[in-house]
Amino acid sequence: MAVLSPTQPTHRHGAPGARPPRRVGLSQRLGRWDVKVSPYLYISPFFLLFALTGLFPLAYTAFVSLHEWSLLGGQGEFTGLQNYAAVLAQPLFWKSLVNTFSIFVFSSVPQVILAITIAALLDQNLRAATFWRMGVLIPYVVAPVAVSMIFGRLFADDYGLINELLGFVGVDPIGWHTDRVASHVAIASMVNFRWTGYNALIFLAAMQAVPRELYEASVIDGAGRARQFFSITVPQIRATIIFVVITSTIGGLQIFDEVRMYDPKGLGGPDQDWMTTVVYLYDVAWGNQKNLGRASAVALLLFLLIIVIGMVNFLITQRIATSGPKGAKVSRRHARRVLAEARVAQASGSTAPASGATTSTPPLPPTFPPTTSTTDREDRR
Amino acid sequence: MPDPDKGVTVPSSTRPTRRTRRVVAATAGVATLALALTACGGSDDGGDDTATGDEKITLTVATFNQFGYTDELLASYTEDHPNVTVKQVTAATSEDARNNLTTKLAAGGEGLADIEGIEVDWLPELMQYPDLFEDLADPALDGRWVDWKVQQATTTDGKLIGYGTDIGPEAICYRADLFEKAGLPTDREKVAEALGGDDATWQDYFDLGKTFVAKSDSAWFDGAVPTYQGMVNQLEGAYEDPATGDPKDLKTNQEIKDLYDQVLTASVDDELSAGLEQWGEDWTAGFQNNAWATMLCPPWMTASIEQNAGGVKGWDVADVFPGGGGNWGGSFLTVPSSGDNAAAAKELAAWLTSPEVQIQAYENANTFPSQLDAQASDAVQNSTNDFFNDAPVGPIFSARAQAIEGAPFKGKNYFAIHTAVQNALNRVDLNGDDPEKSWQGALDEYASLGL
Repeated sequence: MAVLSPTQPTHRHGAPGARPPRRVGLSQRLGRWDVKVSPYLYISPFFLLFALTGLFPLAYTAFVSLHEWSLLGGQGEFTGLQNYAAVLAQPLFWKSLVNTFSIFVFSSVPQVILAITIAALLDQNLRAATFWRMGVLIPYVVAPVAVSMIFGRLFADDYGLINELLGFVGVDPIGWHTDRVASHVAIASMVNFRWTGYNALIFLAAMQAVPRELYEASVIDGAGRARQFFSITVPQIRATIIFVVITSTIGGLQIFDEVRMYDPKGLGGPDQDWMTTVVYLYDVAWGNQKNLGRASAVALLLFLLIIVIGMVNFLITQRIATSGPKGAKVSRRHARRVLAEARVAQASGSTAPASGATTSTPPLPPTFPPTTSTTDREDRR
Repeated sequence: MPDPDKGVTVPSSTRPTRRTRRVVAATAGVATLALALTACGGSDDGGDDTATGDEKITLTVATFNQFGYTDELLASYTEDHPNVTVKQVTAATSEDARNNLTTKLAAGGEGLADIEGIEVDWLPELMQYPDLFEDLADPALDGRWVDWKVQQATTTDGKLIGYGTDIGPEAICYRADLFEKAGLPTDREKVAEALGGDDATWQDYFDLGKTFVAKSDSAWFDGAVPTYQGMVNQLEGAYEDPATGDPKDLKTNQEIKDLYDQVLTASVDDELSAGLEQWGEDWTAGFQNNAWATMLCPPWMTASIEQNAGGVKGWDVADVFPGGGGNWGGSFLTVPSSGDNAAAAKELAAWLTSPEVQIQAYENANTFPSQLDAQASDAVQNSTNDFFNDAPVGPIFSARAQAIEGAPFKGKNYFAIHTAVQNALNRVDLNGDDPEKSWQGALDEYASLGL
């Protein structure tokens, strides 16, 4: 502005007809700002809110973790990384991490497999399709605490329904609250109950976007249902599988309600056999220790862990995601070369191979309308 | 949702314009939402909160579970104090109330009620910060409560941070029908006698249990932890030195190790324990399955037994407790210093814990009063419990309250160490671990506390 303003008067004095262009200039400039700045303004509420509710607590947690800090007493002395050292030296912290991963494996793996299977079934031509699709979502609508209370009753050691049923079959009752692995299975089953249907719907949405021609072609090739599922459906929804795996990983590392409601104390049993890291964090902050400093250190360590796992996920994702299209590109180029060579061969080898490449372009113009339609299709996707 | 009608009538008389009313309605809506979300006690009545001008004030009382204060009871306070409106905010569980209290204390007291109800178990933690609460000591109220109740809420330098409401003097609840099948006396006086009467010891209790278990399919008591709870509450300073407040090293704490061994020998070797964790699903189901025959039983436990054992005949209460008296639970009313009307709140707290009001609370919610006059009153002395075979629970629990000699010292580390021992007991009692190995686990847990 400051640079432009001295030049403006000369224009005004020199030629009155220069006014309209200047106005256009201003509105153009405004327009340019509009284009440049507006998107950021539109998206800023989210980031302002995020800064307030996400970034600030994160930074403040880091600040607290460097101090002696009691829930009621408030800020104490600056202790540097002592809280981190104390947490890492606690066997319970490591035990809670093992529990978390164990429960995560017991929940995520069967969950993804089950969800894909259910989605594949729902993808068939069913009567009252909407009814079945909504049906699988019902567990998701039930509050997690209610789920935990019902499952807590089912998994009771002495008078629980599941052990009673096992008794009918002649199996010895399982110590759902005494055996470490059994408790993990029980808690994972609550997580699965809640999330399988939800993930199945996400998979279903992805499956419905798979072009039907592929199935038709495979039928012509003589593929059965199983072959179709493994050779078309699964590769086509790979990106969705990765998405679901990542979200269930993040969810799996934050299991809290189910553990809190699993026994009366909600702290993972007498031996902390099913205490997850988030519950451990809660216990350090609001349990008997009331040590917010250490709890903040646990929170940040968990945060770092999730970042590391996220990175691993990301790397794997990228490899898988790029390998698919790359393979396709290579084969397409390869196919084009083969076609070109075939044409060259048809042209009885009179022209040079270099011009052969150019001769392959002239046939392209007629294919212009088809290419636009393919881009359309891609957009739709 | 508390008193929505009040929230409308008060503003309409003082605020005529529609816009302010809408603002008030919006604020009330937001505040109600906040209340519902945090189960907290904010004063959102629309009335004037600060004690200026006409001095019309609203006092909030935050309680949990059942304190026995009805709306009519609170309204009667306004009759004597026309400028004061009393409002009660009730949290669903004591856990909710505790989280709410500690979180808001940590935030500087913003949003706390004028009077906050607390449980005796929260005291060790809150007593570390006596400045957060008003000193309620009042010579006029000397002798209102049983001595040990006052002692529980008094800091080392003589500050009283809470007025006692109810107490939990423990008796023994038992299944007369199971006793009869096992050839034991069923009459409550005879049972008290069989358990050792006034000089009952824990060994007497366990010995009778052995006789019972030999002739019955049921266990003697529900679990090792509740039994240990009764035993450890009779030690003057279980885990900490009462004089200094320093924690005793668990490794060399022979008193605790002896109790640990005694209760586990009884539970596991003598098979007296049903091996159930209190409040767990199996425990609740156990009431219907004759899982055990006796329990340590404060007055509030009778309500839980009745609730879980519906349809089961035979429960009764004996006026006896091993090893002298014992208290389990009980609550107080405190006045946070951050409140605007601390003086008025103190007066209200004194009224709420007066014998007359506590008698009504006992009639409303069976909260056994800690006030001597209330315990001696006809209402309490004549009260019986029909679920417990018409047992005269009033006189029985009054006698049990008299048997309690003092309040055990519980310092700031009490519950952290207690949890470690409880976990060790549960590992043996519920999971069947080796007692010595499990004790080692408790020592490790103690070490990790870094005391």
